[in-house]
Amino acid sequence: MTTVSDSSVPVVASSVGPPPRKLRAARRRRTTVFRWITVVIVGGFFLIPLYSLFESSTKNLGGRRVWDAWQAVGSLATADDPNSKLLWVGLRNSLFLVALTLIIMLVLLVPTMTWIRLRVPWMRRTMEFVCLLALTIPAIVLVVGLAPIYRQISHILSTDTIWLCFAYAVLVLPFAYRSLDAGLDAIDVKTLSEAARSLGSSWTGVILRIVIPNIRSAVVSACFISLALVLGEFTFASLLNRQNFATAIFQVGQDDGRLAMALSLVSLLVAFVLLLVLSLFSHSRKGRKGKTA
Amino acid sequence: MTTERPSTGGVEVSLQDLRRSYGDIQALNGMSLTLSPGELVVLLGPSGCGKTTALRVLAGLEDADSGRVVVAGKDISSIPTSKRDMGMVFQAYSLFPHMTARENVAFGLRLRGVDGAKRRKAAGEYLDLVGLGAQVDRYAHQMSGGQQQRVALARALAIQPKVLLLDEPLSALDAKVRVQLRDEIRRIQLDVGITTLFVTHDQEEALAVADRVGVMRAGQIEQIDTPEVIYSHPTNAFVAEFIGLTNRLSGQISGATAVVLGTEVPLLPGSPTSGTGSVLVRPEQVRVSEEIPVGQTHPGDATVVTTSFLGAHGRVSARLADGTLVVAQLPSAQVERLSVGQQVVLTVESIPALAVA
Repeated sequence: MTTVSDSSVPVVASSVGPPPRKLRAARRRRTTVFRWITVVIVGGFFLIPLYSLFESSTKNLGGRRVWDAWQAVGSLATADDPNSKLLWVGLRNSLFLVALTLIIMLVLLVPTMTWIRLRVPWMRRTMEFVCLLALTIPAIVLVVGLAPIYRQISHILSTDTIWLCFAYAVLVLPFAYRSLDAGLDAIDVKTLSEAARSLGSSWTGVILRIVIPNIRSAVVSACFISLALVLGEFTFASLLNRQNFATAIFQVGQDDGRLAMALSLVSLLVAFVLLLVLSLFSHSRKGRKGKTA
Repeated sequence: MTTERPSTGGVEVSLQDLRRSYGDIQALNGMSLTLSPGELVVLLGPSGCGKTTALRVLAGLEDADSGRVVVAGKDISSIPTSKRDMGMVFQAYSLFPHMTARENVAFGLRLRGVDGAKRRKAAGEYLDLVGLGAQVDRYAHQMSGGQQQRVALARALAIQPKVLLLDEPLSALDAKVRVQLRDEIRRIQLDVGITTLFVTHDQEEALAVADRVGVMRAGQIEQIDTPEVIYSHPTNAFVAEFIGLTNRLSGQISGATAVVLGTEVPLLPGSPTSGTGSVLVRPEQVRVSEEIPVGQTHPGDATVVTTSFLGAHGRVSARLADGTLVVAQLPSAQVERLSVGQQVVLTVESIPALAVA
């Protein structure tokens, strides 16, 4: 037999525990602490190697701080010597490659993925498999396969580094596919495209005016990852005997370890600046859209 | 192209012997339908009956295996969707998320080369027409489902299409908004005078807005007529049972009449002419008497099983001596007097009904 009535239970409970507002504040504090711990750990994971690289590029064997490598980097940017030319040509080639690779990737993937969703959805798995294939094959094996193709490209087009864009488009497929796939999953492609078609839009109009604006963040993220990948690519360019930024850094820094480290940091900085520009560009587009609302 | 709202017009639309199959499934099986200029026809039927396929074939979003689509006397079967000049409202919310309501409505006009100022003015007018003149700068995510479908309707009408196609546009909305918007669609359709094909599986919606209702089954139209005729003079058991509630009561058929629960009921064309059959009787045709004659039996002797209050009227389920459950629709005051287990006598009104063997 119990002497406690139902109504007494919440009274007892509320008198023992802290009030809900305090509980919420404590939970918020815990979440904030957890977030900062995560930021510090992840930040450390990225920044410690970069700091080590910087330290190594500015210390000689005796442990003394020296700036000769960075002075050399500075002079490379302005000097008219072969190393400087090599770097500038490599950087120019890489930037062109970034632009061409992004164009090929977007032109190839966005319409194809949209079309597959609309007309042949049963082919999605096949498409995914084909796109992810480049991820499962080591770069060196890919180069072995691509070498004869590039021999033909050299005959038909030229030996210009710029034609590496075809190989790079294959290289970025897995990452770009994943990003665009997530973007397309977030919108009702079928209904939106049918609505646009019924209003008189052509297929090109559907892609350019409806699909791409609605997957803009997915496109930007696909561009981010492709840009980072192309700027840092070394294996294809080196083994196919082409000149890009990574191979130029390697060649210039071959005789001087500190210079190589300083140049590596510079290349990371270049990639960072490009990503920042891309990010600012996408944000400014969003901002303009927001203002029109 | 002008930006003035059309007030009259509408063209004749004819779907002729359409056939469409998906593997082994025959979605359209020789379906034919003609819509008069300015008419609103509702295609009604269970899931998979082919109603949406018919609408999509008319819109050009699906190709028919055979048959013709004729609009205003012109065969448009091979014309792509983008050139068919048809406005469509979809079941799923279809507003372009990156555009405001005004930009959505103006989208079709921009494709037709209407200049900026006219486009904005026309978009504003059509948003006014659907009662959203104050929401022109809102994005889809800032609007309710009902508002989004209104914008979709304005967008479909803004291009001044030859035909308006409505593919279950109300099914994602809650009951109250559905009724409001359905009435508004009808008002606007009558105002604009556009030929409209409306697809739904909601019979109340169909009966409320249609000039004619086409009841579909297995890729064909079973019956097409005014809502009143479809309800009161169904030509077969499928139509009778799909539209509204129906009791199947055993009756003795003789010529053009049948005796059901002791009452002689005239039979509709298509009924058998002799023998015993099932007579399809609407709940509102069933009468319930609480006075039991002492010492006499009646074929309508029954026991009340359930009662339910539905506002102005209510429903009573009663079981006959042979186990048949009969549903009657009565005024609420009478339903309130009845109690579960009570003995009653059921009779039917002598109005035409369909019988099946």
